[in-house]
Amino acid sequence: MTELLNSLGYNHWILPVLLGLPLAGAVLVLVRGWLLRPAGATDADVMVQTRQAALWVFILEAVLSLGLWWSVNPGTAGWTARVDWAWIPNWGIRFDIGVDGIATMLILLTTLLMPLAVLGGWTSIREKTAAYYALLMVLTTGMLGVFMALDLVLFYTFWELMLVPMYLIIGVWGGQRRLYASMKFFVYTMVGSLLMLVAIIYLGLLLPGGNGQPMFGYDYILHSVHLNSTQQLWLFAAFALAFMVKVPMWPFHTWLPDAHVEAPTAGSVILAAIMLKMGTFGFIRYALPLFPNAAMNDSVRALFLTLAVIGIVYGALVALVQPDFKKLVAYSSVSHLGFVMLGLFALTTQSVQGALMVNLSHGVSTGALFLMIGMVYERRHTRLIADYGGIAAVTPVFATLLTIVCLSSIGVPGTNGFVGEFLVLIGTYRTQPVFAIIAATAVIFAAAYMLWALQRIIYNPLIKPENKGLTDLNRREIALLIPLIAAIVWMGVYPKPVLEKTQAAASRLVRHVESGGNADSGPPMEIR
Amino acid sequence: MIIDPASAGAHPLAATAAQFVWLLPMLPLLGFLINGSLALFSVAKLGPDDPSAAGHGHDAHDDHAAHHDDAHGHGDDHHVVRHKYAGIVSLVGPGVLLLAFGLAVAIFAAMSGVDMHAPYVNTLFQWMPVGDLKIDAALQLDPLSMVMVLVITGVGTLIHIFSVGYMQDDPGYPRYFAYLNLFVFFMLLLVLGANYPLLFVGWEGVGLCSYLLIGFWFSEKANADAGKKAFIVNRIGDFGFLVAMFLLFANLGVLDFAGVTANAARLPMGGAVVTAICLFMFLGCTGKSAQIPLYVWLPDAMAGPTPVSALIHAATMVTAGVYLIARSSTLFSMAPLASLTVAAVGALTALFAATIGLKQWDIKKVLAYSTVSQLGYMFVGVGVGAYTAGVFHLVTHAFFKALLFLGSGAVIFAMHRAYHATHNHDDAQDMRNMGGLRKYMPVTWTLMWIATLAIAGIPPFAGFFSKDEILGTVFTRAHGSTLTEVTWLGLPGSTVLYVVYVLGLASALLTAIYMTRMMLYTFHGPNRTGDAEQPHLAEAPWIMTGPLVVLGIASAVGGWLNLPELLKLGPTEGLAHWLEPVVGAATARISGGEGHGGAEVNEWMLIGIAVAIAVAGITFALVRLKPAALVPKKQSPASEGFARVLENKYFVDEAYDAAVIQPVEQTSRYVLWKGIDVGIIDGLFVNGSALAARAMGWLGSQLQSGQVGTYAWVLLIGVIALLGAFTKYR
Repeated sequence: MTELLNSLGYNHWILPVLLGLPLAGAVLVLVRGWLLRPAGATDADVMVQTRQAALWVFILEAVLSLGLWWSVNPGTAGWTARVDWAWIPNWGIRFDIGVDGIATMLILLTTLLMPLAVLGGWTSIREKTAAYYALLMVLTTGMLGVFMALDLVLFYTFWELMLVPMYLIIGVWGGQRRLYASMKFFVYTMVGSLLMLVAIIYLGLLLPGGNGQPMFGYDYILHSVHLNSTQQLWLFAAFALAFMVKVPMWPFHTWLPDAHVEAPTAGSVILAAIMLKMGTFGFIRYALPLFPNAAMNDSVRALFLTLAVIGIVYGALVALVQPDFKKLVAYSSVSHLGFVMLGLFALTTQSVQGALMVNLSHGVSTGALFLMIGMVYERRHTRLIADYGGIAAVTPVFATLLTIVCLSSIGVPGTNGFVGEFLVLIGTYRTQPVFAIIAATAVIFAAAYMLWALQRIIYNPLIKPENKGLTDLNRREIALLIPLIAAIVWMGVYPKPVLEKTQAAASRLVRHVESGGNADSGPPMEIR
Repeated sequence: MIIDPASAGAHPLAATAAQFVWLLPMLPLLGFLINGSLALFSVAKLGPDDPSAAGHGHDAHDDHAAHHDDAHGHGDDHHVVRHKYAGIVSLVGPGVLLLAFGLAVAIFAAMSGVDMHAPYVNTLFQWMPVGDLKIDAALQLDPLSMVMVLVITGVGTLIHIFSVGYMQDDPGYPRYFAYLNLFVFFMLLLVLGANYPLLFVGWEGVGLCSYLLIGFWFSEKANADAGKKAFIVNRIGDFGFLVAMFLLFANLGVLDFAGVTANAARLPMGGAVVTAICLFMFLGCTGKSAQIPLYVWLPDAMAGPTPVSALIHAATMVTAGVYLIARSSTLFSMAPLASLTVAAVGALTALFAATIGLKQWDIKKVLAYSTVSQLGYMFVGVGVGAYTAGVFHLVTHAFFKALLFLGSGAVIFAMHRAYHATHNHDDAQDMRNMGGLRKYMPVTWTLMWIATLAIAGIPPFAGFFSKDEILGTVFTRAHGSTLTEVTWLGLPGSTVLYVVYVLGLASALLTAIYMTRMMLYTFHGPNRTGDAEQPHLAEAPWIMTGPLVVLGIASAVGGWLNLPELLKLGPTEGLAHWLEPVVGAATARISGGEGHGGAEVNEWMLIGIAVAIAVAGITFALVRLKPAALVPKKQSPASEGFARVLENKYFVDEAYDAAVIQPVEQTSRYVLWKGIDVGIIDGLFVNGSALAARAMGWLGSQLQSGQVGTYAWVLLIGVIALLGAFTKYR
């Protein structure tokens, strides 16, 4: 496979193509469905055409991205598939992209989930379809760009680029309180990231290049710019705030339940499965390695571990009492992402690898959960748990698949959820036993909130007349869930290939941060 | 056996049937996949392509909703129609178990005669390799796992066959066998896994299947509640198991059994670390094996089909905790304090559950509390370092308790049929509605008496030998062992052990009483089912009584597995010799090398006391209880006084609800969610700052009023302020 990819020059073109393809698709969809809309075309015609175009673009994107699985060699450190173009030379800003094992897995998560997200909203998005699919595609470029960028300004550009399409997706196609939710989402994240922009500019000006121009290259700042501890602390704070909002860490999480509840299915899926990973990715790529002394400062570390554990337990407890299933899943995300943060700040090989695993499996499981909520919502137009009950009797396929996904979310061994949580906890116990034990109580609460909700939805007597007429999943819905179920089982039973992909990057991160950035372990420049 | 020099280093089992050990769990997994697919295909009715266009119209779907309702309702009124896939499911479900049992016997044959001091480990693939953490998907065969495999597949096969008859009319027939097969898969994984994480996979997996099977008839809320309760309570125990694994890895750096056994000596004997590991592990056991304080889920678990209670909640899954301690005997023998805790909790549970068993009316509830009580005995055994005796009681209990549950299943089956025939909706499990069934079900009656004598400890039935060995060892350990060298909650170890011994005897007395009570009320005296129902009461079909007969024989002669030295009725100490490679060193460590101390006279005396107590209990029940005085459930008055407390299980469920569940829920709802989340964070900070921003904006907009006069005033004040500032800081 690797030879085939090399013969195609895969690594030279793949990343720009992955970024460009959705943009081109967005233009295509807009032109076809809006600018050059045939005179007699109805909204339904446009819907059918645009959703098919979007699906094919995303499938192509997914197929193309698959090569990254083979092209990233986990054994060697360094950036793969790097492309480095001049962008704004006078200001030292470059269009510099490349990936390591961690970024690759997140990119694959994104590209593989997008076709499923499109399929999830296949029949429920009926208005302004051209704009909807175009926004989804622009959003994809933004998200992929965040994972690829190796220039801080470029990173920030993509970071903000994601924000606008998601704001519009929630605000236009969302539920009843969509305006409040989208505004809250936008302002929350915007405020969080403004200070990061200041910090990026400060970093870029700190050690100018040969012509006196600022330098924003990631490797350059990582290896050549030396910061004293005060600088590190302030810069870390600026970066960390942006990422904490995105993760979201307690107490910056309150935008999430609102955004989730109001967003259309695809919006919730992308938000939970991919966009939340931007925050943790930010810590992995930027906040931890660039400012290791600040991050590992005893008080800072204790603060983050505490917030992570609060998030884990608090999220689970609040999820317990949610009447709205989407909100329940939103708070469960707070809990799961707390595990990621715990693993990162505990900083052992196992805990960091576990954190990366939780990142991925949360994407798969929560993505599946939101897709399935969307499916019953389309039929019953309610997300309230109390409005269901006993529907396993009429929708056995839905009930079976929902059970599997819930078990994965609970972290039952044999599913993906267990591997990540177990690794985080066992790794964390080595350096932070107290935090690990408190966090481990979440296994009890998680079972409680998930199984209680599951019981009230699919079990118990089937009393409500509206539920008696409920139809089971159709072919499309089953087809789109099967890959996710397969991933849940595969990552739970045989996670080794996934762990291998991120092993090198994870242990490099641990060594680098532990040594205060002095270990010669940063990703070296790729020799081209 | 002579090891071939060419294959020196290879395990003697390597070229035998043991190399197919992976097939043991794979067979039931295959059964699960087949039956599961059949279950899903037979009920699936795909939805419309466009669910939102179809809407949720009522008219179009009412037909098949009603149809589904009918097919799934587990009422007494559904028509007896066999499932369309009943044939293939009946073949696959028990078939895979039978094949697995055959393979287990073949492996057993290969293992006997081979030196098993080193376990045979079959590594399938690397599961979670991360840095220095190496967790393999590896199966381990040794004498201990072999015993468990034989019990699981042997008793499992019988229960599967019984289920073919018991569940024949159920619309969820394939789903039932899918779950049951899946359970056996996880149970085999539990006992074959070569490391703690893999054991944990099985551990949680059986819990999951238990959850699914307790809530099998999920359309009734009580059943779904019971399933959920079982899972969540077990998760509390699992938390302990997890922490034990973290401690092991942090201190020893390994998680596989061989590695832990080899490295355990690095931990200080009786130190805090090894004690903590064992106590956390035991927390896991209290969940899975229903001991105080986490036993509360097991009685509720009787909501599942009765064969499930026999297999999961009596013979196999609930004994996993006993297996775990026997498996970790090296660690427990190094932690006398933890071992004493295990024995003390076991003894308390044995007595506590036995008292509740005295006053239950539901035949399955009697057996459920009996199971909790007998599991307590097993923990007493493994707690005092009588690992063989603990496992021995596990095996004999699997025989006679499976028999009792299946027998009660046959009774319930008969009661159900009778009520069904007369369209009566009375309680088919309440003993007050039974009585005199001996006349209608002589085979079941005979077999259940064998099991009752076995559990009561009457020689020569199986339970006598295993229970006696446990109690005897407790007495011996109190005289001399490492356990006597520590103090437990301020009490000397030997005192604790004497108390444990007395509690054990008291529970034995109660066991004999409540079991005889159950037999009397169910089978003897006049029949209370109803005049219309009596003609319909009959023995269950042979597919159900057949397995009972086999279990009856096992319950009668199972004691021969491990005859004491005193009774030379055949080869003695068979199980002890068999398990010696696994638990021998640990047993020696805890007994201080004294082995069987004490004179023979002493042992004869102990046996005499135990038998006398059992006989006394049975006699007491026979004399004092008057089945003729009972009236059917509907006419029975409510109990009063202590009987009421017992009948309501000491109100423990209510206490847990008030002390734990309600506070957690209320705090989560009113303090965390509505207070902190919605109130403080969102209300005060987020929306508050939005409000502040809006207020600033409003102020700003007021300044731009367009009135030049105002501008002039503001300008003037500003200039004065600036000038003032400059002059001051000059």
